[in-house]
Amino acid sequence: MTRLDQLTASRRGFLGMAAAGGAAMTVGAGRAEATRTNARILIMGAGAGGAAMANRLSERLDGAQITVLDGRAEHWYQPGFTLVAAGLRKANYAVSSTEQWLPRNITYINEYAAELDPDANRVTTTGGQRIEYDYLIVATGLVLDWDAIEGFDLSMVGPENGISAHYASPELAETSWHAMDKFTSEGGVGLFGRPATEMKCAGAPVKLCFLAEDIATTKGNRAKCEFIYNAQAQNLFGVPVIHHRVRQIMDERDITYRYQHVLKGIDLGAKTATYTTPEGDVTDRWDFINVIPPQRAPQVIRESGLAWADRWTDQGWIEVDAQTLRHARFPNVFGIGDINGVPKGKTAASVKFHVPVIEDHLVAEIAGREGTARYDGYTSCPLITRIGRAMLVEFDYHDNLTPSFPGLIAPLEELWISWLMKEVALKATYNAMLRGRA
Amino acid sequence: MEEFSFMTILAVFEEIFGRGLFWAMVVVAALITVTYLFVLIRDRSMSMRKFLLAQLSMPFGGAAAVWFVMIMTNSSFADIGGPIDWIVLLGVFAAGAVGFAILVYVIQSLMRGKQAEA
Repeated sequence: MTRLDQLTASRRGFLGMAAAGGAAMTVGAGRAEATRTNARILIMGAGAGGAAMANRLSERLDGAQITVLDGRAEHWYQPGFTLVAAGLRKANYAVSSTEQWLPRNITYINEYAAELDPDANRVTTTGGQRIEYDYLIVATGLVLDWDAIEGFDLSMVGPENGISAHYASPELAETSWHAMDKFTSEGGVGLFGRPATEMKCAGAPVKLCFLAEDIATTKGNRAKCEFIYNAQAQNLFGVPVIHHRVRQIMDERDITYRYQHVLKGIDLGAKTATYTTPEGDVTDRWDFINVIPPQRAPQVIRESGLAWADRWTDQGWIEVDAQTLRHARFPNVFGIGDINGVPKGKTAASVKFHVPVIEDHLVAEIAGREGTARYDGYTSCPLITRIGRAMLVEFDYHDNLTPSFPGLIAPLEELWISWLMKEVALKATYNAMLRGRA
Repeated sequence: MEEFSFMTILAVFEEIFGRGLFWAMVVVAALITVTYLFVLIRDRSMSMRKFLLAQLSMPFGGAAAVWFVMIMTNSSFADIGGPIDWIVLLGVFAAGAVGFAILVYVIQSLMRGKQAEA
């Protein structure tokens, strides 16, 4: 993708609705004529990436046999989990049915993959069906390794224990809110942090900390609460310029931050958490703790031979080219979303940018051409700093900021308009993306 | 797909409000506009008296629009952070004010009918 492309309208398509003026509108680009093919395309996963790909490909290809494989009947709007965990939305805000997002002319199998053999171009489902494919799109997402946190179990989440786990599910995000609600009313020590693995939306742990501090302040209970944010690395955010801004805000709001503290386990009885640090283990008492576990590729992917052999070996992300998202060893395999072994891009906004790249390369190959689209690591995070304000941080592989509205919406400024985008425009744009329309 | 086209904006607004409600609102806005044009053509002039009341009603329409947006988005005036936020806020106010003024003018015209100006 060229710099010029980046500056044009694409990111605005995802984020820009609140700021969309009539002048920015151009009457829609004409639809490309569908390419005829009888290729068998298997999409593993019907989340944001899988559903969007199914819709795009069913529009771009005429006659392709598209199969979507996903065992979960519910579709989760994961960017909404933060709002649910802050009491601004109910769990059902983030829940819909998987099937409603899929096009009619494809085959949807409501099962998971049990085995993937990329040498034989074959997937076996948990129900025992064997599916052979010509092209495979891996869109499985990732798994949250809750067992890796010693002494922790998802049944502990809730106000009675002061435990939040807002990544787990829409329902547990809502239960997590009750825990935060109690903490911000009664006071005490709140522990926040993130795992040491790659993770989806690295901004979310920070957002939850900022939101809790804001809610305690609004309730008039700030003096009773202590906030401690535990970063896994020597920074609070992987992009240096954003790290410095987050640190500044934490300083301003008297939020304690500690580097290289990785949650190892909790002791529910003693209400303590143990962190691994370079100086050895550290144990702290908590009244509220938000647990976010290590994140890895699903077992079936880790065992398939698609993962990197020498990078992220404990996590199992697949070995795709960072720009084309095509597998390095199996050219008929593409990866989209969280599963990709690339340095950045485990957000829905990244998926939005993955989709056209894979669409371009796959359709071009079927048509006997070479694809040209490139993904440059675009990731976006409306980094909520309080209810009503956010920073619209957008960046790429090179740790450059890539603002969609340069000169208009400052990426490192806490703005109401950035909050409006998160609150109003993001889900709508996400839904439009799922339908292949944005 | 990556283009920020008019179709994309329509798709997003359909998702925000739901397809039925969005197009119903478009139809209502279009009807008010058409009715406005109708009374202008019918009366062959702007009634300054009606226009005065319409103008006086503008702050109320603007304030109502701002209030509606604040309530719907869990926001408050304390959240206004930079120049772009003021521009958006003024934009919301202006849209509400103009829309309401047109509505007030149209309602007066329809209720009073064609009248000789004093």
